[in-house]
Amino acid sequence: MTLSYQPLGDTGIRIQFGNTIDPEINRQIHSYCQRLEKESIPGVIEWVPSYCAITIYYKPYIIQYHDLLQRLKKIAQQLQDHTAAPAEVIILPVLYGGEWGPDLQSVAQKNGLSTEEVIQLHSETKYLIYMMGFLPGFPYLGGMTDKIATPRLEVPRQRVPSGSVGIAGSQTGVYPLESPGGWRIIGRTPVRLYDPHREDPILLKTGNYIQFRPIDEKEYKEIEEKEAQGIYVVDKKLLKGDRSIA
Amino acid sequence: MNKGIEVLRPGLLTTVQDLGRYGYQQYGMVVAGAMDAFSLAVGNLLVGNPRNAAGLEITLIGPELQFHQESVIAITGADLKATLDNHPLPRWKSIYVEPGQILRFHRPQQGIRAYLCIAGGIDVKPIMKSRSTFLKGKMGGYQGRALQSGDILPVGSTHLPFSQITGRFLSPREQPVYDKKVTLRVIMGPQADAFTEEGVHTFLTSSYKVTPQSDRMGTRLEGPPIQHKEGADIISDGIAPGSIQVPAGGQPIILLADRNTTGGYTKIATVISVDLPLIAQSAPGHTLSFRAVEIEEAQKLAIAQEKLLRQLEIIGRKG
Repeated sequence: MTLSYQPLGDTGIRIQFGNTIDPEINRQIHSYCQRLEKESIPGVIEWVPSYCAITIYYKPYIIQYHDLLQRLKKIAQQLQDHTAAPAEVIILPVLYGGEWGPDLQSVAQKNGLSTEEVIQLHSETKYLIYMMGFLPGFPYLGGMTDKIATPRLEVPRQRVPSGSVGIAGSQTGVYPLESPGGWRIIGRTPVRLYDPHREDPILLKTGNYIQFRPIDEKEYKEIEEKEAQGIYVVDKKLLKGDRSIA
Repeated sequence: MNKGIEVLRPGLLTTVQDLGRYGYQQYGMVVAGAMDAFSLAVGNLLVGNPRNAAGLEITLIGPELQFHQESVIAITGADLKATLDNHPLPRWKSIYVEPGQILRFHRPQQGIRAYLCIAGGIDVKPIMKSRSTFLKGKMGGYQGRALQSGDILPVGSTHLPFSQITGRFLSPREQPVYDKKVTLRVIMGPQADAFTEEGVHTFLTSSYKVTPQSDRMGTRLEGPPIQHKEGADIISDGIAPGSIQVPAGGQPIILLADRNTTGGYTKIATVISVDLPLIAQSAPGHTLSFRAVEIEEAQKLAIAQEKLLRQLEIIGRKG
C-alpha cells in the first residue's frame, strides 16, 4: 500500500491510505495509530483517524515538518511487521421499539419485514467503528445489511434523546448526546457513550466493533440505574477471526 | 460575597476559555479554546499565569464586571475601550485591581475579541483536561454556557506577590494591529488539486468579505466563487484550525476553534498558525485575501512566536 503525505497547514500532516471506505484500509489506519501511540514522538499532540486518512497534529517549534515526515515514514515501513492488537467487540444493550424506538415500525414496513426480523438483523451483526466525529463519542459504523436500510426522516426531529439507536440509509449509529437529528430511531441504549465527568469520557474507539443486544424494559432500567451510580461495566469480548467481519 | 468576579452585565458573548481541549479529537471531541490563542497566552504570561490558564473571551460588546478581591489583570487582543472605574485601561499591560472596582467595555475600536486574564486564572472545574467552554456541547467553562448577569467567577490562587506582576507589558512593536483588510498566509492543500487552475487563481487573487454568519466555529466568506474540477465532497477527514473548506457553492469557510473534528468538504488551503489571530479579530464587512507560502517559512514564524512567548515566560518566573 502506498501512503501519501501532505501538510495540513504548519501544525498538521495528513497521511492518506486510500480512496475508498474499506475495512482493510481502515484496519491499516488503526494499526498505524497503535504504532504512533507507542512511538510517542516529542511534539506530536494528537491524531484523528478517519475512513482512509490520519491527520496528525504537532507543535512546529518542537518538531518540524520534514523531521516529522521521516519519523512517520519509518512507522509506515515497520507496519508490515506489526501485529495489530486484537479488536474488541463492545456489547451495547438496546431496548428496541415503543417510546424508545418510535421508528421501528416504519423501518419494518418500508423493508417488508416484521419488527422482530428488524431487531434480529440489526443485532446479529458486528459493526466496525470506522471513525468518530460529528458529536463527541459518535461512531461512524460500517457493516449494516441493506435489508434494513431506510432513508432518513423527511422532517428531522428537534430532539433525539441521548442513547438513541438509529438508521440513516445503509448506516446505523448511536447518539451520544441529545441532539436534533433525522435518523430513524429504532431503540435506545441505557449505556452512556459519552460522559464528560467519567475518567474515560468516551466509551468507543476507532477500530473496535459494536454489537447490539436486545433487552427488555426491566433490564434497561437496571442498567440505567447502574450508569447513574457510575458502576455499570460494559460487556466486551475479543474479536475472533478478525478480517472477514464487516 | 467576598471573592471572585461578579458579572453585572454579560455583554454579547463572554465565555471562559483556555487554549483548548486537546487529546480527544479522535473521539469526536471539539477542541474549542480561545479564538485568538496568542492574545490569551500573552495575557496570562503578563499576570504571571501559565499561558494555558483560563481567561475570559469577550466578543464585540463587552461585559460589566466587578472584582470582589484584589488581584492583577491584563486586557489583550481587541481594543474594546476598556475602563476601570471609568479610567481608560491600557491593553497588553498588567494592572492591579482592588475589591469593588468595576471593569467596563465601551465600544469596539479595533478587532472584535478581547481577553481578560487574571492572576491565578478563572478557576472553573476542568473537564477532559480543559476549562474551555464548548457552547454547542453545553460543556466546560462556566456551566457550559456564555456568562449571564449574576454569575460569580471563581479565581485561582497565585504564589507571586501582586507588586511583582503589576506593570508588565508587551513591547509595542510586538503588539498586533487588526486591520479591516488583511492578507492571510496559507499553505496550499491537502485537496488543492480538486480545484481547477482558474479556481486556485481566483482564490489567491480575490478579496473575500467576512459575512455576519461567522462565529466561533468558522468565518464564512463571500466573494468570487472558487471552481472545483468535479465535486466538492471528499470522504470525511480531519480539519485543522485555519483549514479553508470550499463547499459546492464555491464560497470559502475558514474553520476555527469550535470546528467539528472531521468534515467532508474539499480543503483548498490552511491558514498558517501565526495568522489565525487575525481571522479571530476580523468583523463582518472586513475583507480577507490569501497568499501561498511554503511550510518552512510558516514554521520559522511559528518558532519566532514561541521564542517571544518563552521570553515573557522567563520574565514571569523571575517576577
